[in-house]
Amino acid sequence: MDLDALAGCLSSSACLVTQTTSGLIIGMLLFLVAVGLTLIFGVLKVVNFSHGAFYMFGAYFAMTAYQLTGSFALAMLAGAAGTAILGLIFERVFMSRVYGADVLMQLLVCYAFVLIFDDVVRLIWGPEFKAMGMPSAFQVMPLFIAGGVVPPYYLLLIGVALVAAIVLGIGLSRSRIGKVIRAAAQNPGMVSALGINTGLIYGGVFALGGMLAGLAGALAAPVRSLTPGMGFSVLIESFIVTVIGGMGSILGALIGALLLGLIRSFGSLGFPLFTEGLMYLFMVIVLVSKPTGLFGKEAA
Amino acid sequence: MTELEAGRAQGLAPVRGGSVLQRYRDVLIALVAFAVLASVPLLTGSKALLDFVIRCSAYGLFATSLNLLVGYTGLTSFGHGMFFGLGAYSFGLIMQKLGVPIPVAFVATLAITALVAAAIGAICVRLKEIYFAFVTLAFQMLIHSTILSWASFTGGDQGLRGGIPRPVFLGIDLANHVHLYIASCALLILGLLGMRQIAQSPFGYTLRMIRDNAARASFLGIDVWRAKLTVFVLAALFAAMGGMVMALFVSGAYPEFAYWTISGEGIFINMLGGVSTFLGPMVGTVLLLLLNDTVTRFTEYHGIVLGVVILFFALGLRKGLLDFVAEWFSQRRDAGEGR
Repeated sequence: MDLDALAGCLSSSACLVTQTTSGLIIGMLLFLVAVGLTLIFGVLKVVNFSHGAFYMFGAYFAMTAYQLTGSFALAMLAGAAGTAILGLIFERVFMSRVYGADVLMQLLVCYAFVLIFDDVVRLIWGPEFKAMGMPSAFQVMPLFIAGGVVPPYYLLLIGVALVAAIVLGIGLSRSRIGKVIRAAAQNPGMVSALGINTGLIYGGVFALGGMLAGLAGALAAPVRSLTPGMGFSVLIESFIVTVIGGMGSILGALIGALLLGLIRSFGSLGFPLFTEGLMYLFMVIVLVSKPTGLFGKEAA
Repeated sequence: MTELEAGRAQGLAPVRGGSVLQRYRDVLIALVAFAVLASVPLLTGSKALLDFVIRCSAYGLFATSLNLLVGYTGLTSFGHGMFFGLGAYSFGLIMQKLGVPIPVAFVATLAITALVAAAIGAICVRLKEIYFAFVTLAFQMLIHSTILSWASFTGGDQGLRGGIPRPVFLGIDLANHVHLYIASCALLILGLLGMRQIAQSPFGYTLRMIRDNAARASFLGIDVWRAKLTVFVLAALFAAMGGMVMALFVSGAYPEFAYWTISGEGIFINMLGGVSTFLGPMVGTVLLLLLNDTVTRFTEYHGIVLGVVILFFALGLRKGLLDFVAEWFSQRRDAGEGR
């Protein structure tokens, strides 16, 4: 425990800015993964245990596309589009078979794919740590805000995630497709009776969730090291986010992810060895005081 | 609650004759199984086989105790592995720091586990389904983080090293491989017998009722919260027994014992063997360990092989192996009677 370091940081604006931005990028990446998880749970009522794999694939796709084309934009596109297709196939071919089944069966199918996907990545890209490297467009002088150092790439990352959050939020509440998705979450039988292909919606939501996780992976690729199994810790953390924020709530995922990001970045100063423990402790406190999460609705 | 006890007494009366008979049968089967297992070292000198059975004992105790929660009570715990880890660490630490005889450390570990499980369970069993799963997972990770960060006491990520002392007690020397093997088998059989008694007792049937319809159980005057908490603590005790066998086997304790993957494996074992029969998890344990051992020998990509096998069970059979066999037999019997 090192409370002096934490107190020292809180009283210095430079350190405050640095830690807050690092907390924000952790939080934003987590949000992109967690929001897909929460969407899939909200509509399909399935806990996608293999969601971390999409994050991992997003990062690897982006790295390969970047190495082949040298274009950062194409790398992001490859990460997002590749995982969207993967998500669609995964849902239609495998997950759709266990919708009516026991929760345990769904978990088991996902668990199987966690194992398979990790090994597939090991087969294709090798077991060692990989790095995509920072694109040259962002290899510029960092910004100094109130004495704190902020790399420009961090701002891009936060911006992209924010745009995704806003588009998702507005899209779901205002657009026709958003209304159909929400209706399907409420009563899939009725939606299907109205002549709407619910299978397509399920596949689409899964693809969207996969795409967001893939985008997060692609965005993280320049600043994180790539390894098979990298999706795992992200998966566990985004579970915490969805549980804290409330399963099925997009706003909850955003708030939960930002809280968790800040806990991680400031917690690593005050409690360097117990940072993970802090997150779980926070989750326990939230769940005990409000089992449905901060923004969750009571289960019907 | 007195209602629970009343229900227990009432439930016991009409089935007494049958249940006593069944109890004798179970004890007999346990004795035979122990005799068979105990005679293995006389027939073969294979250390690998004995090691395999010891590992089966540790994981089997753990997986079967998880089935008390998952299969019998409908409580899907994602954090049951914390008690496996807790058992291993408590036992190892008590033996290393206090130097008491092994049976004392054994009982003390069970007492510690009961206290911790009661405290955690009191919070967890109020929650339902997926939330229960996640809170148990969170507690598991909390314990795992504590083990990692309290390095001066637990050894941190290096694990509890330096070996666990094994003083001889009652002529039993657990440093001797065959003695350790016999002791593991005895613990396994005793543990299984104990859990079987719980599962077949009126309390066990109360748990099944809670699983099928908690509201109705509550209307009948059963204190659901109390019954769930009781089985949560009981299951934790047997999981800790598994952890202690593991600690003795590897002569140490590692943070992985308390990591969530242990819980994941436990659930997987249950699904593999089947949750609707008492011995399903035991079958699953043997299957998974065999699978792990053989697959890792042939390929380094054992995740793919294991994943495909899981998919076969989840999408193909749609149930555990022993469930599948049991259903197949009952269908055959029905068909035979129909003719």
